[in-house]
Amino acid sequence: MQLRVEKLRVSYGNIKALHEISFSVKAGEILTIIGANGAGKSTTLRAISRMIPAHPESILEFEGKNLLKYSADKVVSALGISHVPEGRRIFGNLTVTENLILACFARKDKKQIARNKKWVFDLFNRLEERKKQLAGTLSGGEQQMLAVGRAYMSGRKIMLLDEPSMGLAPLLMLDMFKALKEINSQGTTILLVEQNARLALKFARRGYVIENGNLILEGPAEELLTNPDVKKAYLGA
Amino acid sequence: MELLQYILQNLINAAERGSFYAVISIGYSMVYGVLMLFNFAHGDIFMVGAYIGFGIATLFIGIFAGLLPAPLIFLATVVTTMFLVSWVGVFVEVAGYRPLRNAPRASAAITGLMIGIIFETGVLILLGATRLSFPPLMKSVTYHVGGIYITNVKAMIIIISLLLMVALHAFIQKTKWGMAMRAMSYDFLAVPLMGVSINTIAPLTFAMGAGLASVAGILYGQAYPILDPYMGVIIGWKAFVAAILGGRGSIKGAAFAGYLLGFIEIFVATIFPSTLRDLIAYSIILIILSFKPRGFFGMEHSTKLRL
Ligand SMILES: Nc1ncnc2c1ncn2[C@@H]1O[C@H](COP(=O)(O)OP(=O)(O)OP(=O)(O)O)[C@@H](O)[C@H]1O
Ligand SMILES: [Mg+2]
Repeated sequence: MQLRVEKLRVSYGNIKALHEISFSVKAGEILTIIGANGAGKSTTLRAISRMIPAHPESILEFEGKNLLKYSADKVVSALGISHVPEGRRIFGNLTVTENLILACFARKDKKQIARNKKWVFDLFNRLEERKKQLAGTLSGGEQQMLAVGRAYMSGRKIMLLDEPSMGLAPLLMLDMFKALKEINSQGTTILLVEQNARLALKFARRGYVIENGNLILEGPAEELLTNPDVKKAYLGA
Repeated sequence: MELLQYILQNLINAAERGSFYAVISIGYSMVYGVLMLFNFAHGDIFMVGAYIGFGIATLFIGIFAGLLPAPLIFLATVVTTMFLVSWVGVFVEVAGYRPLRNAPRASAAITGLMIGIIFETGVLILLGATRLSFPPLMKSVTYHVGGIYITNVKAMIIIISLLLMVALHAFIQKTKWGMAMRAMSYDFLAVPLMGVSINTIAPLTFAMGAGLASVAGILYGQAYPILDPYMGVIIGWKAFVAAILGGRGSIKGAAFAGYLLGFIEIFVATIFPSTLRDLIAYSIILIILSFKPRGFFGMEHSTKLRL
């Protein structure tokens, strides 16, 4: 197991957002967690990337290392965990290239950085055409490409993706998932959380369903796609 | 012709005064840009900078006078003082602000005030109430150009301040640390996801602001040699006014408003009796602010400043 999450509990002040959720991710796989608004998907990813504190009795292990001992920046720079946050959060006052370079802040491997950057530009041609442009002037789809490209630059062991399909037109959405497959085929594990359950389950091999801060179902993606409960609650059929 | 000379003369005086405000107010803006709070100890960091600059200048002049050319002693004083006072900035961040990073804004604000008071009384206790006099780092020469008087000290104050701002601009635009500072000002919550530690960027920002203020302290000591533990209070507040007037977090705005403050003060003083200067100057600024409540250059923030 590359990532082990056990009895993860997270609260925002008095509001309990996650009640003891447990799951694990194998190296190289594509895993999805689907769920409705407010179910706790973003919270799960934020806890892993240490953007928010987890209850101290939670177990969060990445390649055998206790994530609770790492700060948010070290999770990225020392462990190679990248996070494409909800709402993209690209730096609108920086250029496209600067966004990518900033993601390598702690990296020293100049040659590899140049190679990764070229790879990102090959993957998302539109970013290369706009590399000197301020990121805030990009379209929503381009911003999402930048958010993914930037995450790739920051760490390539596992990528946590928070609703990358949000706000994208269907065609762009397919392009985005093709790109994610490409990233996965380079050896990056993918943990995707999505409201768009159909899309996520077609893309992933394995999935979990989260409801009110609890994981309620687990299984291979194609099984979840045909599961009557999942169909009724999340696939609108 | 005489009027033109008169105006030019006052422009030079205004540029000198504005240089102090500009260089100091940038320190407020930088910290605000990165942490979204104002460092109210900054005026007193300027004061500490002047005292440390005084100590270094006295030491270097004592050792090197006659051995090294004066400009070199001056440069060595500036560089050494900047280095030392940067650490004062780091100290203020680590000991004062970091423990309160997630505390309510008001707590962080009074932290700065308290550190300021500690610095003032600290200097008072260490050095007593005797007023020290900053040694001149260069022999004063007055040039007389086309009916305008300018001393080499004044010229140096204006030029060094400009150079500092150009260097700072280059740093912020070109280096990865500058990039991280700009990113912080846009969306500080997303910055750690880039593998950037806030605990690197925040002290660096304080250090740079303090370093700039310390040079302002040395330059101030050349123009007004008498040191006083409370010398940072009024000038600190005025530079803070410039930081707000320039637009919160905007370095460009702080510099611009710093000069504007200098110009308003000097030109008010040419028309009205000097006892009324600040009363009238700051009434004018109040009026400007009521028309531009966000200041001249608002900073770009992300619309999402929460998780
Ligand atoms: N910053 C916050 N402060 C307080 N409560 C929060 C915060 N973020 C999320 N919550 C609460 O935690 C719970 C889980 O939220 P979370 O954002 O993880 O849901 P989600 O599954 O990502 O939903 P969505 O699909 O709408 O993004 C919700 O009840 C939400 O109201
Ligand atoms: Mg969410």
